[in-house]
Amino acid sequence: MSINIDTARKVAKLARIRVDEADLAALATELSGILGFMEQLNEVDVEGVEPMTSVTPMRLKRRADVVTDGNIPAQILKNAPDAREGFFAVPKVVE
Amino acid sequence: MTHPNELTIAAARDALRQGELTATDLTMACLTAMDAGDGLNAFVHKTPELALDMARAADARIKTGDAPAMCGIPLGIKDLFCTKGVASQAGSRILQGFKPEYESTVTAQLFNAGAVMLGKLNMDEFAMGSSNETSCYGNAINPWKVDDRALTPGGSSGGSAAAVAADLCLAATGTDTGGSIRQPAAFTGIVGIKPTYGRVSRWGVVAFASSLDQAGPMTKSVRDAAIMLGAMSGHDPKDSTSAELAVPDFEAALTGDIRGRKIGIPREYRMEGMPAEIEALWTDGTAMLKDAGAEIVDISLPHTKYALPAYYVIAPAEASSNLARYDGVRYGHRAKLGPGDGITEMYEKTRAEGFGHEVQRRVMIGTYVLSAGFYDAYYNRARRVRALIKQDFDQVFAAGIDAILTPATPSAAFGLGEMANADPIQMYLNDVFTVTVNLAGLPGISVPVGQDKQGLPLGLQLIGKPWEEADLLNHAYVLERAAGFVVKPEKWW
Repeated sequence: MSINIDTARKVAKLARIRVDEADLAALATELSGILGFMEQLNEVDVEGVEPMTSVTPMRLKRRADVVTDGNIPAQILKNAPDAREGFFAVPKVVE
Repeated sequence: MTHPNELTIAAARDALRQGELTATDLTMACLTAMDAGDGLNAFVHKTPELALDMARAADARIKTGDAPAMCGIPLGIKDLFCTKGVASQAGSRILQGFKPEYESTVTAQLFNAGAVMLGKLNMDEFAMGSSNETSCYGNAINPWKVDDRALTPGGSSGGSAAAVAADLCLAATGTDTGGSIRQPAAFTGIVGIKPTYGRVSRWGVVAFASSLDQAGPMTKSVRDAAIMLGAMSGHDPKDSTSAELAVPDFEAALTGDIRGRKIGIPREYRMEGMPAEIEALWTDGTAMLKDAGAEIVDISLPHTKYALPAYYVIAPAEASSNLARYDGVRYGHRAKLGPGDGITEMYEKTRAEGFGHEVQRRVMIGTYVLSAGFYDAYYNRARRVRALIKQDFDQVFAAGIDAILTPATPSAAFGLGEMANADPIQMYLNDVFTVTVNLAGLPGISVPVGQDKQGLPLGLQLIGKPWEEADLLNHAYVLERAAGFVVKPEKWW
């Protein structure tokens, strides 16, 4: 599977990483190379094999659905690039 | 004691308990070595005041006569571990300025046991790399040197490996998603163990690929690995994949007796174009285990060839999901916005500025293999192949194999910058012998066994059964003693 410039642009958009239009061709070539390497997987007969979900045969543990933590807004906001009045501040989201 | 920073954990523990050494003096010696080691670029955030406070507390505790083995032992901590109030950047620009409000479970356990933190260690950005060249701090440098080239200490735990090999600390924490403990350990002549998936809590460790990541110790000896792994291991309710199993006394398992044990030599690891020196090292290591009374068995792990491509689907897929959290909202870097920029532009610019090239590449590959229409063809197929790779190991262990011996790396340490123009796949090949172990969730350990003709260290890897780290460490102990690797890098830094 080879990736063209349009696909590269779409992948960058989905990944929310800005890529300059001029760099898309090189990115497409690079991604195609890596995907080419992955094509080897098509040689394997995986008929009837379940995709692995957990490497150790264990059930994920559960806990009671209760609040165990909280009331630490100052700590939560401490590392925010822009925090105001107890909230994370971001550019306008709603039109 | 002239250079206590050169001690092993075991020797320092004994000297501390016998009152021949104080944790404060030991820590001072390490801080001096750390500052003198700036040329290696191993430590990227130093915490000397904290270290001395911790050392004084350790001395008080040792005086009571009831201190755990790690009490007063100065460590370096990989930058991937969140340490409360201390910069934790995962080697990335996107986490510039981030100081966690909490402590990772592993570092909390080590510090509760009295260990001393000297500072944070260099690493590949988000642990993605095999040469420490993707770090936002610049390259860490291998203390081993054979000509005027600066060599890589390996990656991603390159700073950890360089710091331990150069005696800047007694030991360091590392993490291993595809070989990031074992490959740098082999490149620097030290010991590194990746435990069974679930043995060590991942809570508070910046996530790369959650189904593969495990933390482990990087040390100067197998005994030290046993001691430190014991302090790092154990069930943690905050990590839902952490195993509810008792932690054995790993050090007590080091009997040096492996008579009658069956060692598997997997024929698929004899790769085409493998350097003769690696081949010879492997043959030597096999002979050492045989001389110790083990039985050598030729085994087959037929899906080995597919481990690397499966890994490079699964790991980027998980990374693309894990790294979605770096959006410039809650922590770390946020790009300066232009007039009219909305939230999407903020995400896109922040991530383009904050992530380095390799991380961007992996996030995009992961995004692609998880995207509608390709999920089955790539991601689900890779997970099926992963199941077959694990089945290969299950079958040889069921047939009575106790441990598997392989090379740790396909070469000795290479020069920094030498792979700059290579295809990314060439760099990925560094993980060829180690990545199977992560895919199968098994414990694996790298032990220094010899040197190449230039004098650079070479390591072998032993792979054990799930949860049998104690037994694995004992095999490694036998190999270590037989190999008698005692060479140290000549100090040039």
